[in-house]
Amino acid sequence: MLDDTEGYVTEDGRKIGGVVMEMKNITLRFGGVVAIKDISFDIREGEIRAIIGPNGAGKSSMLNVISGFYHPQEGEVWYKGKKRPGMRPYQVAQQGIARTFQNIALFEGMSVLDNVMTGRIRQMSTGMFAQALWKGKAEQEEVENRETVEKVIDFLEIQHIRKTPVGRLPYGLKKRVELARALAAEPSILLLDEPMAGMNVEEKEDMSRFILDVNDEFGTTIALIEHDMGVVMDLSDRVVVMDYGKKIGDGSPDEVRSNQAVIDAYLGVQHD
Amino acid sequence: MIYREAGDFKTSYAADSQTFPIRLDRLGYYVILLVAFLVVPFVVNDYWANSVLLPFLIYSIAAIGLNILVGYCGQVSLGTGGFMAVGAYAVYKLMTAFPDVSIFFHVIIAGGITACVGVLFGLPSLRIKGFYLAVATLAAQFFLVWLFNRVPWFYNYSASGQITAHERTVFGIPVTGPETSAWAAYLFCLVFLVASAIIARNLTRGMVGRKWMAIRDMDIAAEIIGVDPLRAKLSAFAVSSFFIGISGALFFAVYLGAVEVGEAFGINKSFLVLFMIIIGGLGSIFGSFAGAAFLVLLPVFLKNVLVGTLGWPTDTAAHLELVIVGGLIIIFLIAEPHGLAQLWRLAKEKLRLWPFPY
Repeated sequence: MLDDTEGYVTEDGRKIGGVVMEMKNITLRFGGVVAIKDISFDIREGEIRAIIGPNGAGKSSMLNVISGFYHPQEGEVWYKGKKRPGMRPYQVAQQGIARTFQNIALFEGMSVLDNVMTGRIRQMSTGMFAQALWKGKAEQEEVENRETVEKVIDFLEIQHIRKTPVGRLPYGLKKRVELARALAAEPSILLLDEPMAGMNVEEKEDMSRFILDVNDEFGTTIALIEHDMGVVMDLSDRVVVMDYGKKIGDGSPDEVRSNQAVIDAYLGVQHD
Repeated sequence: MIYREAGDFKTSYAADSQTFPIRLDRLGYYVILLVAFLVVPFVVNDYWANSVLLPFLIYSIAAIGLNILVGYCGQVSLGTGGFMAVGAYAVYKLMTAFPDVSIFFHVIIAGGITACVGVLFGLPSLRIKGFYLAVATLAAQFFLVWLFNRVPWFYNYSASGQITAHERTVFGIPVTGPETSAWAAYLFCLVFLVASAIIARNLTRGMVGRKWMAIRDMDIAAEIIGVDPLRAKLSAFAVSSFFIGISGALFFAVYLGAVEVGEAFGINKSFLVLFMIIIGGLGSIFGSFAGAAFLVLLPVFLKNVLVGTLGWPTDTAAHLELVIVGGLIIIFLIAEPHGLAQLWRLAKEKLRLWPFPY
């Protein structure tokens, strides 16, 4: 097993740092249903970490635990070397964990620009009274953050729809706007819940490129859930495999691919 | 062709996020301000002030306030009348307790007091949504009116149970009481309206407004990207009630002069202001103005036409007026659910290209 503090270097020469987030023996139950059973894994700084598994394996529940939406009955979440106390989702976001959703969760009535600006919530602190006057600090802060947001908009190539209300956009673009909103927060960990669900091959290629670029250019740590095996194996540095709430595999894509338990889970196994 | 945005380039982000990004809009805004402040006060008479201008100004403030809560933050409220009553009774108590302080500050403090009451009645919004919240605010409406009726301390133990505004001055000119001239009352309300509109616009174009709209559009997603729902919802209740309190204070002190709470601030008032923002356009400051103008002017206009021009008896005209207003509201909601503000936006988009279709 790798050391906690030291990282490693990937085949393509990217440096992966120490552990930034660690899940320790997480168990999550809904009444009598055990969604996640005693799972532990870690996420290292700068890596792309995938969580895969068949339907109903508990992947999304895991992501919801990380983003503070579900509170596990047992186990601990360690973030940046500290045990995280029970937190509301917005407090988790303020710590620098941003996410996207499986079914897009954008603010439909607002323009693309406003949606992405909302992602800057962590960096904008002007009080209500200063903002009511819109002079000095309030205006300055708005302009400074707009500059960052425009960089993200450039990066994801959505300049042309800046002022369009999100409700009018097609699905693929909405997914991209949602990624932009998460990126605008300049998160330390970016959680992507099925970023390529429902996309055609071209859109998937675009999205994969954006994910790799984000990781490469900003060094953002990314944890993602995805069903498309080809995509997962190509993108990620390490993969966690879940099945029926249990962890059945963890390691590099190659290790996971040759893991018998994983093959059984995906292809089925003959019971005699 | 005259009204267009082509060639009107923005070179800074500050210029792009200003209130009126199109130059001609900006010019129009300044012209309207100039006329409102420098021309109207000289030509206004008692009839125009009392039947058109004062109600329009005061209802516009209330509509802006309610629009922040319902249109921007998505929290339905039927307590507007009750909150206006809080503003009215607050300004009355302040006027009588501190007669030496300027009425200007009394009105602002009355707004502040209403904001506190609004936050208190906004607390249920953290647990309940939609129709259920509307019912909870309805409770606020009835409770507040009952409170002001039943506790004599609020109306200074007067025998009639009414509250009456005594004469108060700004720069030596009376703005409340029987001696008030039309132009002074008009200007006093206009100052509050312009300030309210500017503050509301500044709040809604920045992060505070984005938090409200995020809560409105999808509260769970808003919380996950870092919006504290408690603070966002309560701040919307506070700001909204602040404006509604100011409008209630002006409605009592400047416009009516004497008030019986159940009559002036009953449930009808809550619905009237709600209709204003629905007809004007939810989530739009301009819509608040348009809705207030529509519902203030329409009855006056109908009355003039029916009684003045056609010579019908007054009571028939009054009944028919209700029918017409009600019918228009329904037609409006079917034809343009996004209100007058949306019509205005569409008209502007067409004008930008005129005379070409594309």
